[in-house]
Amino acid sequence: MRVPVTITMNGREYSRDVEPRLLLVHLIRDVLGLTGTKVGCDTSQCGSCTVLLDGVAAKSCTCLAVQADGASVTTIEGLAGEDGLHPLQESFWNKHGLQCGFCTPGMIMASHELLRCTPNPSDEEIRHGLEGNFCRCTGYQNIVRSVREAAGEMAGGGQ
Amino acid sequence: MSASTFGSGIRRREDPRLITGMATYTDDIGLPGMLHAAMLRSPFAHARIASIDTSEAAAAAGVEAVYTAADTDGQIGAAPCAWLLPESGLAIADYHCIAKDTVRYVGDIVAVVVAGTRQQACDALDLIDVDYDTLDAVVGPKQSAAPGAPQLHSEIEGNQAFHWTVTGGGDIEEAFAGADVVVKETIVQQRLIPNAMEPRAMLASYTAPTGELTLWNTTQNPHIVRFLMSLVMGVPEDKLRVIAPEVGGGFGSKIAVYPGDFVTAFCSKKLGVPVKWAESRSENYLATTHGRDHVQEIELAATSDGKIVGLRATVWAGMGAYLSTAAPGIPTILHGLMLSGVYDIPAIHEDVYGLYTNTTPVEAYRGAGRPEATFMVERLVDLLAAKLGQDPVDVRRRNFIPKFDDGHDVATGLTYDSGNYDGALTKLLDKAGYDALRSEQAEARKEGRHIGLGLSTYVEICGLGPSQVAGAIGFQGGLWESAIVRFHPSGKVNVMIGASPHGQGEETTFAQIIAGELGVSPDDVKVIHGDTDNTPMGWGTYGSRTTAVGGAALALAARKIRDKATIIAAHLLEAAVEDMDYEDGTFFVKGSPDSSKTIQDIALMANVAWNMPEGVEAGLEATTFYDPPNFVFPYGAHLAKVEVDAETGSVTLQRYVAVDDCGPQINPVIVEGQVHGGIVQGIGQALWEEGVYDEDGQLLTGTMLDYAIPRADGLPDIEVHSTVTPSPHHPLGVKGIGEAGTIASTAAVYNAVIDALKPLGVGSVRMPLTPERVWRSIQDAQGGN
Repeated sequence: MRVPVTITMNGREYSRDVEPRLLLVHLIRDVLGLTGTKVGCDTSQCGSCTVLLDGVAAKSCTCLAVQADGASVTTIEGLAGEDGLHPLQESFWNKHGLQCGFCTPGMIMASHELLRCTPNPSDEEIRHGLEGNFCRCTGYQNIVRSVREAAGEMAGGGQ
Repeated sequence: MSASTFGSGIRRREDPRLITGMATYTDDIGLPGMLHAAMLRSPFAHARIASIDTSEAAAAAGVEAVYTAADTDGQIGAAPCAWLLPESGLAIADYHCIAKDTVRYVGDIVAVVVAGTRQQACDALDLIDVDYDTLDAVVGPKQSAAPGAPQLHSEIEGNQAFHWTVTGGGDIEEAFAGADVVVKETIVQQRLIPNAMEPRAMLASYTAPTGELTLWNTTQNPHIVRFLMSLVMGVPEDKLRVIAPEVGGGFGSKIAVYPGDFVTAFCSKKLGVPVKWAESRSENYLATTHGRDHVQEIELAATSDGKIVGLRATVWAGMGAYLSTAAPGIPTILHGLMLSGVYDIPAIHEDVYGLYTNTTPVEAYRGAGRPEATFMVERLVDLLAAKLGQDPVDVRRRNFIPKFDDGHDVATGLTYDSGNYDGALTKLLDKAGYDALRSEQAEARKEGRHIGLGLSTYVEICGLGPSQVAGAIGFQGGLWESAIVRFHPSGKVNVMIGASPHGQGEETTFAQIIAGELGVSPDDVKVIHGDTDNTPMGWGTYGSRTTAVGGAALALAARKIRDKATIIAAHLLEAAVEDMDYEDGTFFVKGSPDSSKTIQDIALMANVAWNMPEGVEAGLEATTFYDPPNFVFPYGAHLAKVEVDAETGSVTLQRYVAVDDCGPQINPVIVEGQVHGGIVQGIGQALWEEGVYDEDGQLLTGTMLDYAIPRADGLPDIEVHSTVTPSPHHPLGVKGIGEAGTIASTAAVYNAVIDALKPLGVGSVRMPLTPERVWRSIQDAQGGN
């Protein structure tokens, strides 16, 4: 059985017939070919698949593609604007907030959510806000610095 | 834009593709006509396969093929063990890529399904009917060595894979017999699961008409994959291309060439189409190698004033059901030879028993043998301090190897390159404010609070290593690295290296090395790695060796280029070569700085070759093979401060201060990042992480829900400092830094917790130091319930 799904992905509308069991992350990666979003686990712990679903961060492995019918999804590929990188992308680059880069798309999207809810977070709030996203390389310290820098940039009139 | 970029914390050139989702990892790749493989893995730790019926699976929707050992037997070889530890009675069990007759761990491959989609392949796994006769399993290494233990391999007596010893210095029996003080402990170095964020994957594409096999693989060492693939698959190396695209961390777990890799290549070869296998995380927990798993009985002998006179240990190392690619060298060469640590220990003896157990095979995991050695030594030194009533600082200082610049022999037979161990400790104590912390601890104790301070002063062996030594210790490969540096007519540079970084940032640091050596901008240097078809041979990224060995090859290639460029510049300036001088990318006649040529001028002339000196070849390119004369030995001193809540047993890590010495730092920001990540992995071992099996060999921590990976919360900001002691034998003086943090931090945190618990009478707690374990230890020590 296949079910029609229409989704707006990074500003572009797509319609596909999908298996009802298809996860949103597999729609993104396998059907639409946007491989920036990663799959790091199969139990919704790691956060590598975090995207923005109607502007709110969601682990795209916890959501069926059919549940996202009619929704607007932003992935890491859609985060940069016409005038360049998003402040979070800049700050992760500036502060060495990534090493192997595999967790990074999800980490940046989760950080986006953190700053949406808490525009000027303390380090403790950043650490708490990102505890659902695993990174095995950085020990998180430079991720915290990255989010802190982006918060400053965004408060200063950035995006 | 020149020599000054060496040592500068410039931003990584890797990052733009990684922060925009444009990087390509193995599982991101699709090829026309590609099929998907899924592995059926044994649900039992030990069983005979009575029968397998694949007919229903083969008929399922989308399924192209189902293979079992009956299909692969005689077609592909066993997964090889490539570290043939000498003088150890090494007994290698056949590691069939698909289990034949018997399965020996939960995760052993029983069959493979190839189908049109991954979902179809996984669905069909459920339709394979396997009849198992279960057998008794053995999980712990010491239990595996016991008489009457279930036997894994009929041809291998007592489950013993090897018995390796190291004996060095004076007579160990005499040392202990004559000692004033002996301290002992039994330590469990629990099994750890690496958890690189990217699970493993293999995409194999065989072209039947040409006999060429191309592999995209999540590997730390594509050239080793090609080497071993050619042996196992019978495809010659000239027809084998291995590509490590973006690789999402490894930590040792992407060194081995796995049964699933060979099976995937087999499927592609058999079917003549591309086949991809990408493990799920749950599969990763079962099928990708684990680390550590030692039981260590250790003892230290000393004089009454704290001078160490001997160290003795027996280690039972769990190897899993089979020997993974490099496994035998990890608990032996990389462990036992480091038992002198940073101390002058006149007599050392260790027995290491490698045991087969019904568990996932064990391999290198960040630090690989050295964290286990450091922990032993640092634990014993703290025990000695406690026994003598001395401060752990004083016992360390009493026994440190004095500062040395060019070689120091230790009892295990190694020659350390350079070190100033007291210098690192002194800086650490200063930065941490040690005396004030001890005062704070004393005050807290008066209030009934339990603050602890833990030290770890470590040295590690890395930059593996001289190839002659590799041969002597049974490593079935070389340990050199190579680099090609190629100037284009425009003065831009391509660098091709055999090593294969996967998160460590060498695309940036290697560009900085070229910038430092040849005065070009790092932005003008492209670093190419990870493809055996367009990089020179290299032995891979592990053992903190990529910058130490590959970076040396690169620096020497750059110096060859500089020599050739000097000859060309002299010719163009009509000067004698010996009258030429060089500075910062410019070649000039001594005393006449206006009479000069830039490296870009020379690159253009060498490439067009209109006016070359007689006998000088066109082109500006150099290749170097660098085989290091010795290992390098980074070191440092770390301090952890914890507070333990005696009511709940919970440990709060309040401060962590590190002083590391990896020699001159090419990019200090990247060095700091390596230190952070390494330390947190070691903290994970001390406080949270353990791969737990039940007695039947079922992995109880088989998901990220059950296995406690460090998270962003619960960690303090790590305070990172350094000292700089160049390696005397290295062209750049640099040592490695990838594993240092992990090697140091487990012992520092553990020692801190034990220090905190001292007033409560707790002497040891099995790792990880979970609240329950700590609480029970307190109850036991207090004679409670």
